[in-house]
Amino acid sequence: MAERTQLIHHYLRHNKKFPHVYCAGCGHGIALGSLIRSVHALGWSKDEVVMVAGIGCSGRMAVYVDFNTVHAVHGRALTIATGIKLSNPNLKVIVVMGDGDALSIGGNHFIHAARRNIGLSVLVLNNNIYGMTGGQCSSTTPLGATTTTTPFGQMEKSFDLVELAAAAGANYVARASAFHAQGMDKLMQATFTHRGFSLLEVVSPCHTQYGRKNKFKTVVDMYRWLKESATPLEQYRKLSAEKAKGRIPLGVFVDRDEPSLEERYADLRADQTAQAGRR
Amino acid sequence: MGKRVGIEVSLAVAEAVKLCDVDVVSAYPITPQTHIVEELSHYVANGDLDAAFIPVESEHSAMSAAVGSSATGARTYTATSAQGLALMHEIMFIAPSMRLPIVMTIANRSLSGPISIWNDHSDIMAERDTGWIQIFCENGQESFDLTICAFRIAEDKRVLLPVGVNMDGFILTHMIEPIEFMDKAEVKAFLPDYKPQLTLNPKKPVSMGPVGVPEVYMEAKKQYEQALWDSKDVVKEVLAAWGKHTGRKYAMVECNGKKKAKTVFVTMGSLGETAMTAVDNLIAAKQDVGQVRLRLWRPFPKEEMKKALKDAAKVVVIDRALSPGGVCGPVATEIKSLFYGDKNAPKIYNIVAGLGGRDVSVKDFEEMYALAKGGKIKDDYVIWGVKSNA
Ligand SMILES: Cc1ncc(C[n+]2csc(CCOP(=O)(O)OP(=O)(O)O)c2C)c(N)n1
Ligand code: SF4
Repeated sequence: MAERTQLIHHYLRHNKKFPHVYCAGCGHGIALGSLIRSVHALGWSKDEVVMVAGIGCSGRMAVYVDFNTVHAVHGRALTIATGIKLSNPNLKVIVVMGDGDALSIGGNHFIHAARRNIGLSVLVLNNNIYGMTGGQCSSTTPLGATTTTTPFGQMEKSFDLVELAAAAGANYVARASAFHAQGMDKLMQATFTHRGFSLLEVVSPCHTQYGRKNKFKTVVDMYRWLKESATPLEQYRKLSAEKAKGRIPLGVFVDRDEPSLEERYADLRADQTAQAGRR
Repeated sequence: MGKRVGIEVSLAVAEAVKLCDVDVVSAYPITPQTHIVEELSHYVANGDLDAAFIPVESEHSAMSAAVGSSATGARTYTATSAQGLALMHEIMFIAPSMRLPIVMTIANRSLSGPISIWNDHSDIMAERDTGWIQIFCENGQESFDLTICAFRIAEDKRVLLPVGVNMDGFILTHMIEPIEFMDKAEVKAFLPDYKPQLTLNPKKPVSMGPVGVPEVYMEAKKQYEQALWDSKDVVKEVLAAWGKHTGRKYAMVECNGKKKAKTVFVTMGSLGETAMTAVDNLIAAKQDVGQVRLRLWRPFPKEEMKKALKDAAKVVVIDRALSPGGVCGPVATEIKSLFYGDKNAPKIYNIVAGLGGRDVSVKDFEEMYALAKGGKIKDDYVIWGVKSNA
């Protein structure tokens, strides 16, 4: 316990920015815990880390952590992070976004950052809703789900974040769940250390804005649902289509080792400098 | 006369939009606009409003979808705030240039940064020159009333321009106020069906938004600026018609307090009511003070404003937005240039107040009055109440 308190004091702006805004049981807080443990386990210094976050409950994370932080504007965390990474590739750039941030208003940047395979560690805290603004449907709200803007059910199909990133060209794509915190720690560390665009989707319950309206009586019911429906990816792949329905596969979906954009740049620069030397 | 109901102003605005029987609502949520569009999505979903509600993926898309829908001749509504309005910026110019009578509520909120969800007018001031008709509401009833008027102004065939209805975020949007409602028949009697002039119609194809080569670009601009200026008469007409229809009378520029007062405040938006109380107090204390409330920001009612200020010796213009590096705040800039070269021009003071949700109280106005009366405001503008050791 004392050890944990020490970690909290070291990594969080605990005496300035607390209490935090997260509701009891919000998955975002669990992701924040995992993030701190992961940075700590990797032995990174706080000063080499830059966190860029969007706007939303997820984005509030940039207020709480004691790294270099940029609390960006809604949807543009990835573009700001792109500028940071390319101008100083030595920085460890962690980007935190909600599903609205990453896939609705910032969807275009998401596919392009993945396509460029730029070396960013990207966390998308997916709660299937715009949490901060009061529970409007997002581009990951499941078909039929009730939200304040779809009171009789969502009519649009939703994005599968993992498939989208994989198809767009991300080097590393994984999914964790807020119920499985230890598993999340492992995947988070891998996300932080993998070269190129590395995405971790965290399935993050928001009972306040999503669960209540979608037949989850309490926040505990949401974690129970996560516990029961989460399935390791290897197992999931063996299931029949019928059995796979409604299950949430967790694990590593893409693990490529292609050079990142900043590495390609460094190579190009080295080549050009060498050629100039020869001329 | 309709029922008087205590209701959150956002919900009253949604009700007004419903009563106007819009065909399309496209919106992206942002505080403090959310309650308006959420309520509209309910109306659409439960069949109270026969319209399409498009929960788009950003404000850029919200305004783009509004342009598309209005181009087909549909009565179109959207609403936003701050960052959302800024994201619409590119398309804000497109709507008037295509002469599309979209109506939008702007729940005024300050632009980042620092990040702020609270009220000021920085969002709309950044859109000042987009060619929209821009109206400011002072209270909940006005927000309801002017929303309905906005459709009639926008769709008038002499106008055909988009209208932005500004209401102060939280101060109005989230307040519960007694609002006098109307029924559908009453609104229908006031607001005729929209008869679009040009639409995207396969039977009569038109081209919208084409290139303006240098030989015609300026003529096109002049044309819709002229339409914007001409809309002033229509605004006047519509407000007069509303007065007749409901008994609630509004003008583009309204005076309050002592007639021919020596010192006069100019306000826009909800601060007008605070100033009104201060003016009442000051008059009770035998001060020679008045107030001018500006309701129509674009097109700027030049003659009306000049007339309203003609007897003043000192004018205190309150701006709720900063124009960094400028001569003074946006409203004061207009009023100063209005009096340029006028030998009888009053002394014009400018106070920038209430940025990012900073409260401006009756007491503040009383202090401003004392400073102005004593001739103690020296600079081009004063940023009010900045703490020196914050
Ligand atoms: C341009 C712009 N539009 C809208 C908003 C309002 N807004 C703030 S957070 C948010 C959505 C938050 O949802 P998500 O990104 O999923 O994060 P969560 O709060 O669920 O963690 C919205 C729409 C904004 N800040 N900027
Ligand atoms: S509203 Fe939802 S996402 Fe936001 S803090 Fe509460 S539980 Fe978390």
